[in-house]
Amino acid sequence: MEKDNPMTSETTPGDGVQKLHFYQKGTFTVGNRLVSSDERSVQSSIDRSNALTCGHRACQGCGEALGARYAIDTAMEAAGGNLIAVNATGCLEVFTTPYPESAWQLPWLHSLFGNAAAVATGVAAAMRVKGRREVRVVAQGGDGGTTDIGLQCLSGMFERNDDVLYICYDNEGYMNTGVQRSSATPPAARTATTPVLGDEPGNVFGTGKSVPKIAVAHEIPYVATATVADLRDLEAKVKKAMSIHGARYIQIDVPCPLGWGAASHETIHLARLAVETGFYPIFEAEHGRVTSVRKIRHQVPVTEYLKLQKRFAHLFKGDKVDPRVARLQARCDANIAEYGLLDAA
Amino acid sequence: MEHPYAITLDVGTSLANHTGSWRTKRPVYVDRLPPCNAACPAGENIQAWLFRAESGDYEAAWRKLTENNPLPAIMGRVCYHPCQGACNRGEVDEAVGINSVERFLGDEALKQGWGFDKPETESGKRVLIVGAGPSGLSAAYHLRRLGHQVTIKEAGPLPGGMMRFGIPKYRLPREIIDGEVKRITDMGVAIEYGVKVDDIAETMREGRFDAAFLAVGAHIAKRAYIPAGAAARVLDAVSVLHSMEDGEKPMLGRRVVVYGGGNTALDVARTAKRLGAEEAVIVYRRTRDKMPAHDFELEEALQEGVLVKWLSTIRNVEEGEITVERMELDASGFPQPTGEIETLATDSVVLALGQDVDLSLLDNVPGLEIDKGVVKVGPNMMTGAPGIFAGGDMVPSERTVTVAVGHGKKAARHIDAWLRGETYEPAEKHELASFDKLNTWYYDDAPRTIQPVLADVRRTSTFEEVVGGLDETNALYEARRCLSCGNCFECDNCYGVCPDNSVIKLGPGNRFKFNYDYCKGCGVCAAECPCGAIQMVPEAI
Repeated sequence: MEKDNPMTSETTPGDGVQKLHFYQKGTFTVGNRLVSSDERSVQSSIDRSNALTCGHRACQGCGEALGARYAIDTAMEAAGGNLIAVNATGCLEVFTTPYPESAWQLPWLHSLFGNAAAVATGVAAAMRVKGRREVRVVAQGGDGGTTDIGLQCLSGMFERNDDVLYICYDNEGYMNTGVQRSSATPPAARTATTPVLGDEPGNVFGTGKSVPKIAVAHEIPYVATATVADLRDLEAKVKKAMSIHGARYIQIDVPCPLGWGAASHETIHLARLAVETGFYPIFEAEHGRVTSVRKIRHQVPVTEYLKLQKRFAHLFKGDKVDPRVARLQARCDANIAEYGLLDAA
Repeated sequence: MEHPYAITLDVGTSLANHTGSWRTKRPVYVDRLPPCNAACPAGENIQAWLFRAESGDYEAAWRKLTENNPLPAIMGRVCYHPCQGACNRGEVDEAVGINSVERFLGDEALKQGWGFDKPETESGKRVLIVGAGPSGLSAAYHLRRLGHQVTIKEAGPLPGGMMRFGIPKYRLPREIIDGEVKRITDMGVAIEYGVKVDDIAETMREGRFDAAFLAVGAHIAKRAYIPAGAAARVLDAVSVLHSMEDGEKPMLGRRVVVYGGGNTALDVARTAKRLGAEEAVIVYRRTRDKMPAHDFELEEALQEGVLVKWLSTIRNVEEGEITVERMELDASGFPQPTGEIETLATDSVVLALGQDVDLSLLDNVPGLEIDKGVVKVGPNMMTGAPGIFAGGDMVPSERTVTVAVGHGKKAARHIDAWLRGETYEPAEKHELASFDKLNTWYYDDAPRTIQPVLADVRRTSTFEEVVGGLDETNALYEARRCLSCGNCFECDNCYGVCPDNSVIKLGPGNRFKFNYDYCKGCGVCAAECPCGAIQMVPEAI
């Protein structure tokens, strides 16, 4: 056999993320000059649609603004630009579209706080009636509009298997109204409604819910969690979701510098730590069954994640470490065990 | 335009909202100094040539490399690679095998016949170089590139200096020296062999040279007084290694003792093994951690069966045996005699105790200063005599090939400026790209491609090269392990991670720029830049 050309033999289009391993500088970065163009991420392209463009009023280092551009640019590419977005009330709506300005560069509708899934179902139905099969629909909202206020409409959309991709940008609270607790707020976190008062300050253990698990229980075609810390994984999931018709749900961990009390440059670092601690499990499920998980690369203790955020600062006040830190570590360990996030040593 | 009820404004894009006004810190693209470059005595721009090698453009990589060092195939074999000791990758897994990639590029250049361009214009100035060792050759190359006429006068019969007469063949094959020297002579550098310069001032006058660079090296073996019987066979390392090149192989016998603890001692012991000695014993007065030789070379020697007698001095040499005294280190680490004596059977003793410079050619030069046997030079490599510069082993320095090559380059730049009546001002160095400036999450874990090592048996019986080279696939792999510390490698991270879409991608080779109209100064780009090429600078408010 002739000697393989190393420039092409190690990576072939379609071999996916793993094959990029060969490129020591391209595996985890957004792009790389050494990778062939069809293997590069959507975000590395000069031609990305920038569905969410400059001039929006999100805070410095906003994880949600970043996650939304990542997700919608990928969906735009997958749909060939034929995409309509329905947006629940929340940060994303407020900071992108203070009338009369809009930062969106695609057809975009603002629904009520709780009915984005139902409105998106209606848009999809309208397109079907008009014979516009090529037009795809996404609904998007924050965790408040999804896990609390919009859950009933969302469950209906799932149960009817409507042809909508619902994307939840999870920043673990109601941030634009002043950081109140949602059912996605983690235990012990300080919010305006779970203040640092009493014996066990912050959010209460044993409350909250996992909407990804609820979505999986609906046995819809596709459910995934993703993170702004892993762009390639996020893009692959949105692309996959767009290749499927029916109800799909993706929840993206988007750190909020304001609500979490973190430095604006730490956004991606925090999202990465959420994955590497096991705090935020990243997985995919199809038709009610978990099909893949994103393994932890370098495991770190949960304290490294917590200490960067003022919402957990009360756990580390004084000389003693709050015993609830151990409970949060146990939560991570339980996630690691449940999803098999660590490779056997 | 008619507005609906209660509406007074036209709809429009958010681009009207210049969020750049929120910023208190601005990101700025910077080039920081990679630690490998900072550590290289020859001043190579290592990161830059690895960058070119990574894309498989080996000729461009070689040309970038040879901007600073004309001898990569030699350097890839004999350099002690301080770059790898400084490499930030060492803190992630293992240092990049820079030296092996350099050797690959050097060998590739010889194989493909890549040559240097001749200078476009001639300056009309004539420079004399004394000595065709590494610093002389390096100076000749750089001066020629700057358009000067260069003549090297070499006392020996062949080029290379200590690279040929001090470094054994199994570490540096001679055709490699010849190949790399030929490229320099092809540029128009003249080398006259067998010409010993006895009087530098006279030689310069005669040849109408405008400046001279002295690089005669240090070829005189240091002696130590050791009582020896009349029939005892005592040799010195310099002449043993030198005679390996003259055809007349030195007669060392079956049992050889080498006295000294430097790299030269190891070279002699390993050479003795290859000449058929059953026993090669190094006698060194201190301990392994105090040994000036490089540990990896000691390790290779030990693997080949070289023995070392630590903490020992030679008291007396007789025919067939030597008397050795055991030493002890005192509190300050100096060896002190103990009075314990033993004898070792041996056929010859080789002294490897260091070398001195032959300074006779400088006798008639006014202003020139000698200190502790070496020539004093200023920061510009010029001796006390105007127009006479010096470098390599004959000036105070670490005596390695790489340092010598660096001296040659530095001297050439100063000579060039001096010939024009100017002073050479080196560009200011960038801030060091230290490990804390990197975000190593983005680099994959990968072990170093180990240079294949020939089997011990094969190694000791021949003068073949001990350390093998990389082939193309693993050279490419090794090059791609470079972290590109401090210098943008266009990974698109900043372009991707900006929540405000405020990084403008300028396309391949052109890097990026910030759109300060919208950049809010969050600092995510700087935090997520793998190689530390973005700096956050406070805004003047």
